[in-house]
Amino acid sequence: MIRVELRKLLLRPRIWASVALLCLLPAIVAVFLATADFPPPPGQGGAFLSAVVNDGALYPAAALALVLPLFLPIAVAVVAGDSVAGEASGGTLRYLLVRPVGRTRLLAAKLVALAVYVTAAIALVVVTSLVLGVLLFGTGAAVTPGGQPAGAISLSGSPLSSSGLAWRLLGAIGYIVLSMLGFAAITVLLSTMTDSALGAALGGLAVLITSSVLETLDAAAPVKPYLPTHYWLSWIDFFRDPVFWRNIDHGLLLQAGYIVVFFGAAWANFTTKDITS
Amino acid sequence: MIVTHALTKRFGRTLAVDAVDLHVGAGDRYGLLGPNGSGKTTLVRMMLGLVYATSGDIEILGRPVPKRIADVLPDVGALMEGPGAYAHLSGRRNLALLDAAGPRGDRRTRRRRIDEALDRVGLATVDQRPVKTYSLGMRQRLGLAGALLRRPRLLILDEPTNGLDPQGIKEIRELLIELNEDGTTVFLSSHLLAEIEQLCTRAGIVDRGRLVIEDELTALRAATGRVLVATPDAAHAAAVLDGQLESRDGDRLVIWHDDPAALNARLVEAGVRVRSIHAERRTLEQVVLDATGPGSDRFGEPE
Repeated sequence: MIRVELRKLLLRPRIWASVALLCLLPAIVAVFLATADFPPPPGQGGAFLSAVVNDGALYPAAALALVLPLFLPIAVAVVAGDSVAGEASGGTLRYLLVRPVGRTRLLAAKLVALAVYVTAAIALVVVTSLVLGVLLFGTGAAVTPGGQPAGAISLSGSPLSSSGLAWRLLGAIGYIVLSMLGFAAITVLLSTMTDSALGAALGGLAVLITSSVLETLDAAAPVKPYLPTHYWLSWIDFFRDPVFWRNIDHGLLLQAGYIVVFFGAAWANFTTKDITS
Repeated sequence: MIVTHALTKRFGRTLAVDAVDLHVGAGDRYGLLGPNGSGKTTLVRMMLGLVYATSGDIEILGRPVPKRIADVLPDVGALMEGPGAYAHLSGRRNLALLDAAGPRGDRRTRRRRIDEALDRVGLATVDQRPVKTYSLGMRQRLGLAGALLRRPRLLILDEPTNGLDPQGIKEIRELLIELNEDGTTVFLSSHLLAEIEQLCTRAGIVDRGRLVIEDELTALRAATGRVLVATPDAAHAAAVLDGQLESRDGDRLVIWHDDPAALNARLVEAGVRVRSIHAERRTLEQVVLDATGPGSDRFGEPE
């Protein structure tokens, strides 16, 4: 069933369009940066943007910082919102269920496919931005002639070896995937409650926006540590030296909580509801 | 094959299905007839485990539903209220995905089974066009092909001829009869009298959630005890049959009599020339109209 779900994703033009758009945004920014010939002052613009001009190998991290706040969640919301509601409105849900595919099995396959989609989308963003970054900005060695070993500089100022950069990047990807799945869980729950894929996706985005708004509000301080987006940006801590684990740990725990609670609720709703679509 | 006992479903304050006792035997071609909104679809969905009953029991292929639905459904082919397909994919691709999704979808035989099913429903020459370019009739045929992919023992079809033209309806009817003669039990719901009358051996009639009649079609269409006679000697015949004559319209007579053969012999003996004679049968339409009220998608009608 997981294979079937993955094949369905692969056969959807919409999925490819969303991944292409995700890769396009960092590409556009990279081209502008490369042609402008001057780095953004540190502390302004997206994270890492001032550093990448010196080392293109760091550009994937900058690309993730660009797509994470809005683009990636939108893509995730569209796919997650479509998961059950899309089948319901297309009339295929009832045929899948009488095929028969158990409801729990169907939902589980949807979740796995969703996780694969998020991982693959992020991986593609990383790969395309790595290629682009190296092509446009070189690998650091080029801009520091004099034999200094090639390598990125961590946010803390110390140099990173390329293997160090690789595992930090993998850690960051894993962290982002989990963050997205926490958000996807909310949208999947909405998707089991309605027959409108669009409604579910917009509902998920409404949650996202609410969370972002509260995040900027001092009066909301007591609930902030529990907002789904609160630790989203903590993957940046993978690029500190040494890695700053505290927020990463909190973030992982929080997202795991969201995943368990909302997927649990989605499962409870989906396995007991009448399919009238 | 299908037995329900006191099956009831309530949606909020609406009683959709009310204490239905249904019996479909092996080898039947069973037609569930009822006006729109009478609960046919809800009944079908409860049999397939999509909608959970409020109370009552369902048994399909000898197993309780929805408790052992996973054992039942592999032997059931279903078409529910129109086909469902991924519109951006071709018909073949849709069938392949559906087949791969569940049990008994053997990959090695998949291609052959898909070809056979498409051939049976008259889509043998269908090409790689996406389903969104199909006509409603083609989609309906595709849905039926999906139901036939794994040679089910029981077919449950909700309004199977929706969207088909008269030629298509005839083809589907012949296909269903052929499948039935090969041993498949066919259960279908419809609001079309003619469809049930031409196809089914057994019928149940639902009205406002209740099963009002269930019987063999031949019993439902039993003789009324009247014989229709046409004769050029109408006045003479009327005189001979005085007392048994119910009505006369020109050269056509309606006569109370159980046996057309005996009646014919008596008329000929009396010198009446008989042009035609046959026993009157109730039409299914009369049965239905007697058994049901107005369609429940009409509002404001007096009960």
